[in-house]
Amino acid sequence: MSIRKSRDWFSPDYMEQKSKKEGTYGLHPLDNYLRKDRIPHIWCPGCGLGIILNSYLRALKNSDIAPEDTAVVSGIGCSGRAAGYVDVDSFHVTHGRAIPFATGLKVGNKDLVTTVFSGDGDLFAIGGNHFIHAARRNVDFNVICVNNFNYGMTGGQAGPTTPQGAKTSTTPWGGFEQPFNLPAVAAGSGAVYVARWTTYHVEKLIESFEEALNKQGFCFIEVLSPCPTGYGRKVGLKTGKETMKYYKENSEIKPDADPSEVALDPEDPESKIIVGNFVDREAPTYQDERGKVFGEARKKMEVDG
Amino acid sequence: MMEPGTYFMEGNTACAEGAIAAGCRFFAGYPITPASEILERICERFPEVHGSYLQMEDELASIASILGASWAGRKAMTATSGPGFSLMMENYGLGLMTETPCVIVNVMRGGPSTGLPTMVAQGDVNQTRWGTHGDVGVVVYAPSSPQELFDYTIKAFNTAEKYRLPVVILSDEMVSHMTEKVEVPPKDEIEIVDRKKPEDPPEEYLPYRPDEDLVPPMANAGDGYSVHVTGLTHDEKGHPSVDEKTQSVLVTRLIDKIRKNADDILEYEEYKVEDADTMIVAYGSVYRAAIEAVDMAREKGYKVGLLRPLTIWPFPEERIYDLAREGIDSFLVAEINFGQIVYEVERCTGGASDTYLAPRMGGTIHTPEEIVDRIEAIDRGEIPAFKE
Ligand SMILES: Cc1ncc(C[n+]2csc(CCOP(=O)(O)OP(=O)(O)O)c2C)c(N)n1
Ligand code: SF4
Ligand SMILES: [Mg+2]
Repeated sequence: MSIRKSRDWFSPDYMEQKSKKEGTYGLHPLDNYLRKDRIPHIWCPGCGLGIILNSYLRALKNSDIAPEDTAVVSGIGCSGRAAGYVDVDSFHVTHGRAIPFATGLKVGNKDLVTTVFSGDGDLFAIGGNHFIHAARRNVDFNVICVNNFNYGMTGGQAGPTTPQGAKTSTTPWGGFEQPFNLPAVAAGSGAVYVARWTTYHVEKLIESFEEALNKQGFCFIEVLSPCPTGYGRKVGLKTGKETMKYYKENSEIKPDADPSEVALDPEDPESKIIVGNFVDREAPTYQDERGKVFGEARKKMEVDG
Repeated sequence: MMEPGTYFMEGNTACAEGAIAAGCRFFAGYPITPASEILERICERFPEVHGSYLQMEDELASIASILGASWAGRKAMTATSGPGFSLMMENYGLGLMTETPCVIVNVMRGGPSTGLPTMVAQGDVNQTRWGTHGDVGVVVYAPSSPQELFDYTIKAFNTAEKYRLPVVILSDEMVSHMTEKVEVPPKDEIEIVDRKKPEDPPEEYLPYRPDEDLVPPMANAGDGYSVHVTGLTHDEKGHPSVDEKTQSVLVTRLIDKIRKNADDILEYEEYKVEDADTMIVAYGSVYRAAIEAVDMAREKGYKVGLLRPLTIWPFPEERIYDLAREGIDSFLVAEINFGQIVYEVERCTGGASDTYLAPRMGGTIHTPEEIVDRIEAIDRGEIPAFKE
């Protein structure tokens, strides 16, 4: 027996009863979206991940999507632990493979509103090839990339978004590789929705997440996030608070900016962190296109619709 | 599925048709010789059965996406050959750890590396058992004909669903590319097994609490159970719990799930074993030559029998142990590699009989004559019993 839709997460009665039964009545409103028995989380003080997860859950709550119709898929990393805290069907898979796993999940059940929540290393180093192909196919799910400019979980090594010059545990003399400009990668690969925010822009972030949840097609949101432990302390942003202040003072909202022109350049003191929703367009999804072709094929084969 | 009847079918086509008959409605793959015909047949046939296929960007993606599709409730499969199978090893482990039913077909070709793309070998046998890191229990079928590719693809899906794991079909270039008679039975004669669903309500359901058969019922994504699935060591709730005790409970169960159900899973065949003092052990395409070798050797007066594992893993350990103590003086393992299953046979005899190897490096299979020559050479004492 399927029990789909039988639990109404939004009914105050249901929430009240559930939380009373679980002894959590009167807690934070988002607690009902979290696996409470897994809290406290493992993230460091000052880490941006809490803000981003909170924003995602708020967006989910604001949208009319029932949590039981929602899935979260994460790869490996500090960001990858998000899947373990959300009280929806959630998958913590192998390093780099969140996107192909989500592709199977979404194509397997088109009703699941699916979000990939993972880190810059997971999505763009080991998983980079999957990212560009999922965007190209325009598979209908959202990808949230927590860009903390390093491999937080493994001890602050450099990754594909680490700025040139930054000192990390694997660039002790300063980085020298060119980093990705993620919005340009996403837009160039075919994403129908591309945004970048920082953990300072919480309201905008929630709005963006909501738009992505409601939009058909491959949506990409990059969120710049403090990692005081792995990255910040090595580049002069010792605490989460200092990083937030840095984001506040150095960001510029430019919704119509060309993604190819929003590369981050911390070497240049004049340069700004350009944030905004850069791309929001309509295009047929993978499933739309496949449905059309398969429908035609069935006509030719003279089998039922 | 196909109309029931008798067809003249290539092995790879039979494999794809078996999958469709088993209810496979999600396929992801990446082209590779000698497995591509499976992908191609699926692509041709899936619109008709309302299936979904994806030609992925690589085999890492192929296997990751079938795991995702399985959690979406689909019966899912991928097909590849050695190079792709090597790429799949990490997520094969994820599938075993998260107990995700699905089917992986590996049509073996000559290796290592790119090796012999268009020619037969059996070099991946131990990889299916030991290729992913950590301790695992696995199920691997080795069919020997297009008919068996059809039948055992269905069986692989059933076993995957019943015991919740990725099941491997270890075909080889010869079996997959030969064309033979294949009987497609009527739909109602095909046994289909579906995964157990939870009977507990969501509040009480523990996604990794096993039943008596050591298999936990499985709630799919979207069923309303809010499951958490992780490749980390996890407790019955499915929550990561990185400690020795949880590890021991989980990994022991994953291995016991296969070991203790081996009576149900294990399959092997024997030929002319009653009066035999020598047993050939062969599987996959080599089995076809070996069965002929038995008759040829018998004509020459040798008392030869044949043991043919259909499940390579679990391996017929006890049967070999018993045979070694019930009058079999020597085992001759004929395989297209430098010795893989021969180690198993030697281990299972426990020294109670001698074990010999008829190796082959790939490209072609043994001829029956070569196997008989080997038996004669063993008889003349020209070949030392197998030692590493
Ligand atoms: C195949 C594989 N290689 C390496 C690792 C080790 N590893 C774990 S997390 C990680 C990096 C994560 O970086 P990112 O995705 O940026 O996440 P963050 O921790 O920064 O949030 C690495 C390299 C792994 N788990 N699997
Ligand atoms: S290492 Fe960095 S990303 Fe990881 S939890 Fe700590 S602050 Fe957050
Ligand atoms: Mg990172």
